[in-house]
Amino acid sequence: MYSVLNTRRPPVFCPGCSHERITHGLDKAFQNMDLSGEQIVIVTDIGCSGLFDTFFHTHAFHGLHGRALTYAAGLKMARPELTVIVTMGDGGLGIGGAHILSACRRNLDITFLILNNFNFGMTGGQFSATTPSEVQVGSGFLNRLERPLDVCRVASSAGAAYVRRCSSYAKDLAQEIENAIRFEGFSVIDIWGICPGRYTKHNKMTPQLIEDSLARLPSIKTPIPENIRKEYGRHYRELAAQQKPVPSPAKIETKFRAPDSVRKEVVILGSAGQRIITAGEILCLAGLSAGLNVTQKNEYDITVLRGACISEVVLSPEEIGYTGITTPDIVLALSQEGVDRRKHLFDQLDKNARIIRAEEINLPPCNARVQEADFKAEKIKSNDRALAALCVLAELDTVICSDMLEYALASRFRDNLLASVLDLLRRVKGRSAK
Amino acid sequence: MAFCLMEGNEAIAWGAVASECRFFAGYPITPATTIFNAMLELLPPLGGICLQGEDEIASIGYCLGASMAGLKVMTATSGPGISLYSEHISFAIGSEIPIVIVDVQRLGPSTGSATRGADGDIQFLRWGNSGGLPVIVLAPVDVNDCYFLTMQAFNLAEKFRCPVFIASNKEIAMTRENIDIHVMAKPEIIERSVPPPGNPFVPFETSSGQLTPYFLPIGGNVPVRQTSSSHGPDGYITTDSDKIAKIQKRLKTKLLSTVTGFSFHEAYLEKGADTLLLTYGVTARAARDVYTAQKKYGKPVSLLILKTLWPVPQDLIREKAENVSRVVVVEMNLGQYVREIERILPEKKVDFLGQMDGRLIPPKRIQERIAHV
Repeated sequence: MYSVLNTRRPPVFCPGCSHERITHGLDKAFQNMDLSGEQIVIVTDIGCSGLFDTFFHTHAFHGLHGRALTYAAGLKMARPELTVIVTMGDGGLGIGGAHILSACRRNLDITFLILNNFNFGMTGGQFSATTPSEVQVGSGFLNRLERPLDVCRVASSAGAAYVRRCSSYAKDLAQEIENAIRFEGFSVIDIWGICPGRYTKHNKMTPQLIEDSLARLPSIKTPIPENIRKEYGRHYRELAAQQKPVPSPAKIETKFRAPDSVRKEVVILGSAGQRIITAGEILCLAGLSAGLNVTQKNEYDITVLRGACISEVVLSPEEIGYTGITTPDIVLALSQEGVDRRKHLFDQLDKNARIIRAEEINLPPCNARVQEADFKAEKIKSNDRALAALCVLAELDTVICSDMLEYALASRFRDNLLASVLDLLRRVKGRSAK
Repeated sequence: MAFCLMEGNEAIAWGAVASECRFFAGYPITPATTIFNAMLELLPPLGGICLQGEDEIASIGYCLGASMAGLKVMTATSGPGISLYSEHISFAIGSEIPIVIVDVQRLGPSTGSATRGADGDIQFLRWGNSGGLPVIVLAPVDVNDCYFLTMQAFNLAEKFRCPVFIASNKEIAMTRENIDIHVMAKPEIIERSVPPPGNPFVPFETSSGQLTPYFLPIGGNVPVRQTSSSHGPDGYITTDSDKIAKIQKRLKTKLLSTVTGFSFHEAYLEKGADTLLLTYGVTARAARDVYTAQKKYGKPVSLLILKTLWPVPQDLIREKAENVSRVVVVEMNLGQYVREIERILPEKKVDFLGQMDGRLIPPKRIQERIAHV
């Protein structure tokens, strides 16, 4: 029942400013709700509405223009028990438009007080998002070209459940504010007022005119039935509690000896959908199982299941410095578009390099040895070919051996998927035995 | 021996969680998105909060609110997002709000190339705030650094109440490699210091010699003020130029006078070498190869890899460059950090190698630059 007004910093507004009424209305609402200063945070925007936090002895957060709702969201998520009040002028409505839309959509329990006096008071009365077209303000003729925004209609259609419009001079202003604070969810009050410093220099505006204008507008039934739903923070915590903890990253034990004792570079050239990146990962895991250092870099198009897909893997007993491909040792040529994307790579291949070539792939001329793999004849599906090519590699006992590959597959895949890749491994092995 | 396989972005997320980060907000952007993905998996089961902002301005705004409520916070983006973060970076500097900001750099300017690496934001991170006060920028070289420096970044943000950047690069962030996460040495976790009991809390007050004010959270038992306006110790807007000057000076001093304590680096100094190769970020990996090769061929060079870029670790750089007459600076841009080296080492011959085409600088080009005196 105590005022939380800051006794050492009484409100300072231009004479006749309706913000003073809102200051006292807000304090009265706090008193009626028996709230003390440490239970409240007042988050203020820029401009005259940005002075509000200094007039109260509460937690206070004064930030940048238009962004008050963003800080309020962070505060409310971190401290759900806190009463969060945002004061913003009609200037903030324009610059912070995106944040208002998402605050309405999100429905966090924040009370949003719009101190709407139809112009930018502090900077000289320029037009804002709510300035009527026909009035004379500090932006010359520019406001005549634009249409004012009805923030209540915007807020309702963006999903705010609690939307009210009232006058700063309303007798029940404190009650209006209290109702908004008590609502569990995002609540908006568009509070119309008078800016005697700027707006009424050239335009007529009185409490009665505000009253009349408000009376002419269609009333809003609040809470808006179709927008009533769970408060965001409560809902977030409910869903978050159902999320499964993520286990620590899987460790791969060193178990085997790699066939080679020097750096090896492998480039997998394929298409999206061929599990190229998975194959690169398997190759890395296989390397780790032999205690090698590994790096994997991937390149793919923005499209899913279409376009070239390339994975570059380096395996080395030494620490890997440069992760680029210098002299590739192995190229898995699995799709034409993949090969075409890296056609210059083939110039760098020396006679020690080896290409595993899927059937029907045209290779640019090069010095490397080509190992043919007729996956089609073996009825190996497109999405299995990259893994099948790794099986061929293991059979050749270069870069990786079969033990490394099997271990990598077993650490990457589970259950049916593992069974199917191990089956693939057997089929590829059987093929080379033929 | 047992390794994990992880990309740099995942390592940053794990490092953040190990530092007790419990709030993340971000906006999707390649190549930083996988940090958001990882945080969304990691945080909710720990009781933490992960939000997707409606834009970058909002994402960092959420973080600043949550940080003032007492949580350890992080956000991640790339160059276009850092541009939008700017007003809130200035806010975090001036109003001493701890936050870790990851910039996974991609090739700019502007939209540039989403999937190509660069170190093009190095001066931007330092100067992309209004007021020009210092910030901390740490630059990882590999996946291990992504984890380790993220933990250091949280410690520095909490200790000095300031934004700390991790200047990553697509080429580290989205490259998977082995990391020995379970046995690597981890720093002890530092928390914000709370005021000793007794005196009334004054949010930006510091005693003589105290560089960072005590912290109490918004939402705690004592009303706390935060403001983006020029303020005195009490957190109220002020026009008192003495009060303003005092805080500005402290904001500068708290980082510039302490950087020696957090000048992360690797130095490989060779006796008789007359050239110091100086680099940072992913380029350091190629530079390490060059260092090894030069040594092997009997033409040794020294190598200094900076992992703290800002504030510039001047003492460290002067010390490591003491015995050479020439410094070759290599970076993935057309010449940014080299300006600092020229400034600090006016008596040395400073040569530069830069590249800005989305590709890594290969060891061969660095060797050629060293040979070309």
